[in-house]
Amino acid sequence: MSWNDTEPMVSIKDVYKSFGTLEVLKGVSLDVMKGEVICIIGPSGSGKSTLIRCINGLNDIQAGSILVEGQEVNDPELDKLELRKKVGMVFQQYNLFPHKTALENVMMAPIRVLKHDKEIAKKAAVDLLRKVGLEDKEKAYPGEMSGGQQQRVAIARSLAMNPDVILFDEVTAALDPETVNEVLLTIKRLAEDGMTCILVTHEMGFAREVADHIYFTDGGLIVEHGNPKKFFENAKDPRTKEFLSQIL
Amino acid sequence: MKYQTYKTDLPVMMPYKPVEIENFGSSIKFWYLVPILALILGTSAIAQSGSDIRLGTMQTLMRWMPLLLQGFIFNVLISVMAMAIGTGLGAALGIGQLSLNRLVRSSSWLLTQFFRNAPWLVLLFFAMFLLPFEVNIFGIIVPLPDWVKATIGLALPVMANVSEIIRGAVLSLPSGQWEAAESLAYSRRQTLWLIILPQCLKRMLPPWMNLYAILTMATVLASIVGVSEVMTLTGEALAAEGGRPDLLAPFYAFVLLIFFVYCYPIAQLTVRLERKFSVIN
Amino acid sequence: METFYEWFLILYEDTGINLPFMYDDYDRGRILNGLWATIKLSATCVLFSVIIGMVGAWLQGSPWKITRRVVNFYVQLFRNTPPLVQLYFFYFAVGILIPRVENDWGGTSPLIDSFGWAVISLSFFAGAFNVEIFRSGIEAVPKSTIEAAKALGFSRLQIYKDITLPLALRVVIPSLNNNLVNLVKTTTLAYAIAVPELLYESNQIWSDNVNVTEMMLFLLFAYFILVGILVWAMNSWDRSLKIPGFGQ
Repeated sequence: MSWNDTEPMVSIKDVYKSFGTLEVLKGVSLDVMKGEVICIIGPSGSGKSTLIRCINGLNDIQAGSILVEGQEVNDPELDKLELRKKVGMVFQQYNLFPHKTALENVMMAPIRVLKHDKEIAKKAAVDLLRKVGLEDKEKAYPGEMSGGQQQRVAIARSLAMNPDVILFDEVTAALDPETVNEVLLTIKRLAEDGMTCILVTHEMGFAREVADHIYFTDGGLIVEHGNPKKFFENAKDPRTKEFLSQIL
Repeated sequence: MKYQTYKTDLPVMMPYKPVEIENFGSSIKFWYLVPILALILGTSAIAQSGSDIRLGTMQTLMRWMPLLLQGFIFNVLISVMAMAIGTGLGAALGIGQLSLNRLVRSSSWLLTQFFRNAPWLVLLFFAMFLLPFEVNIFGIIVPLPDWVKATIGLALPVMANVSEIIRGAVLSLPSGQWEAAESLAYSRRQTLWLIILPQCLKRMLPPWMNLYAILTMATVLASIVGVSEVMTLTGEALAAEGGRPDLLAPFYAFVLLIFFVYCYPIAQLTVRLERKFSVIN
Repeated sequence: METFYEWFLILYEDTGINLPFMYDDYDRGRILNGLWATIKLSATCVLFSVIIGMVGAWLQGSPWKITRRVVNFYVQLFRNTPPLVQLYFFYFAVGILIPRVENDWGGTSPLIDSFGWAVISLSFFAGAFNVEIFRSGIEAVPKSTIEAAKALGFSRLQIYKDITLPLALRVVIPSLNNNLVNLVKTTTLAYAIAVPELLYESNQIWSDNVNVTEMMLFLLFAYFILVGILVWAMNSWDRSLKIPGFGQ
């Protein structure tokens, strides 16, 4: 199936997901166009993280469809490895490989998965580390870096695969307040460069400033969505208003 | 702007708990016997196809089974005795390793290391050749038959391992225990006997049981030095049957079977105990 | 050099301490052969048993129940039966089935000689313990790190090779060390099937010279040194693998 820029890059339609008997997503739909920055916010347990983990196939869905660049994620015939080359992910717990230096962490996937030449991959990795502001930490191991630094290396690692869309799963939730900013700045720069980003986050300031569209989930459903201006100033649903009042 | 952040101490690796015995399944899987029995029956069936008027392989095995089982009981006897002697000596050595007296401590440590690093078979030879064939205690002549010498030979590595188990268990207790006892004016000896060692007993039990299983399996080494136990008897039985090649697999498989039936439940029990005690700790 | 050896002859004449493998060429040759055989046997078995352990641990994570059951059965069987009986089983019972080939002096000899069977039997024996050791090491690798690798598009085999094994290895080195030392000690069992290793050659010498005590002490000393070298090598390897930033 061919896909062009005018169609949504990620198209989620009526997705249902359960863990055993616990239904976590109860019919979620949303579209992401190329170059957009989407923020998904909501209380814990509303299914936000589960949703984005379905996009790159880490979780399967029971009903509905998820299309990434026209490809159905739920298709059993789909080569998940191909999908993951297009969809990058950054985790809350960074999940860097502890036995490799920062540079090696960034280089590893392009060499092993994309079969790039080692020297080319190394050069690209150095550039990426510079882009996230960590060129002096090339030879450092994850255990020697702060949380914020590790997270930025994680972002560089995803970028090394040249994905079309990056998923961010509450990436600043485990960081000290001081380091949160450096990571958010990195993501902002990425967005300005035109990367399609889908973020699950609690950072309202960031969402207001950078997002093109915000979705509020509660109880496995999307309750309300809109652009930041409309969302923060004219929230319609009482649940949204209650949530916003608690965190703002 | 109120939002929740928390500093997590992200462990890069989950804490590793050294496991000496397997962890999978806390119930004894009886179906394991099926493949072994199939092995015995299968090999004898294959071999059967070649033989003519001679007695069937299975029947021959049946004929010799009582004798082999008796031999095995002897193995168990040796293992129990060696365990008893080894544990007794090892306990003394282990406590010696904890002594405040430097000479006692270093010589205990040296002895432990020396006997730990030596192969069991070499120690067995050591005992067989160097122990006299009889000892004179207070005018009474006590003969030392081969199997007694072998038992002593097997008790030596047990002693070294028990010493290490004790030392490891004592060192694994939090130092707070020692400090608490000290502040209550317990002497070192009282601390050791009344507080530390009782708590250690639980920790020592799984590795000690593991050691017993290893020892039981090591008793077959005695066949190499001429003691008449199950392996020697198997060899003699095979020879008595005229060295028929078709008997080899079933007989040896049978010996494997008896040891498996004896040692596997011990291993499973050890796993369960280890799990149970670690919860309490 | 000759004077060095002759000193032992003088030692014998003066004190009765008989160390024929020092002053006698032939005996010296025997002992060196035995030592070399023990080292060869130990090294080969260590190598194969580690490979068996890694492969077995990999298979234990297989999605097929039958594979897992087969591996578990193998582990339990080899752990709970005497290695000597396993050795006899391989050498006598299985050895009979091996085809015979023509050897150099006109007769036939089996394809696999006693050394070969010793390697096979002992490798499987130690391999069974290694499977469990590697399994517990694999389980110590956090699932989230594996997930990050999956999200980057690594295949299952690549994850095992590049992420799981290196991390698991660092965790299991103390247990592995223990097991490998045991393996070196267990090589003495090869004596029972007439493999000319150290114990066997020492036996030959003390049968000829009736100097059991000296040979015994020499043996104990020799194994003490051999084991000591192995422990030192494992500790150095452990140190070289240490990842800065996290200690165990």
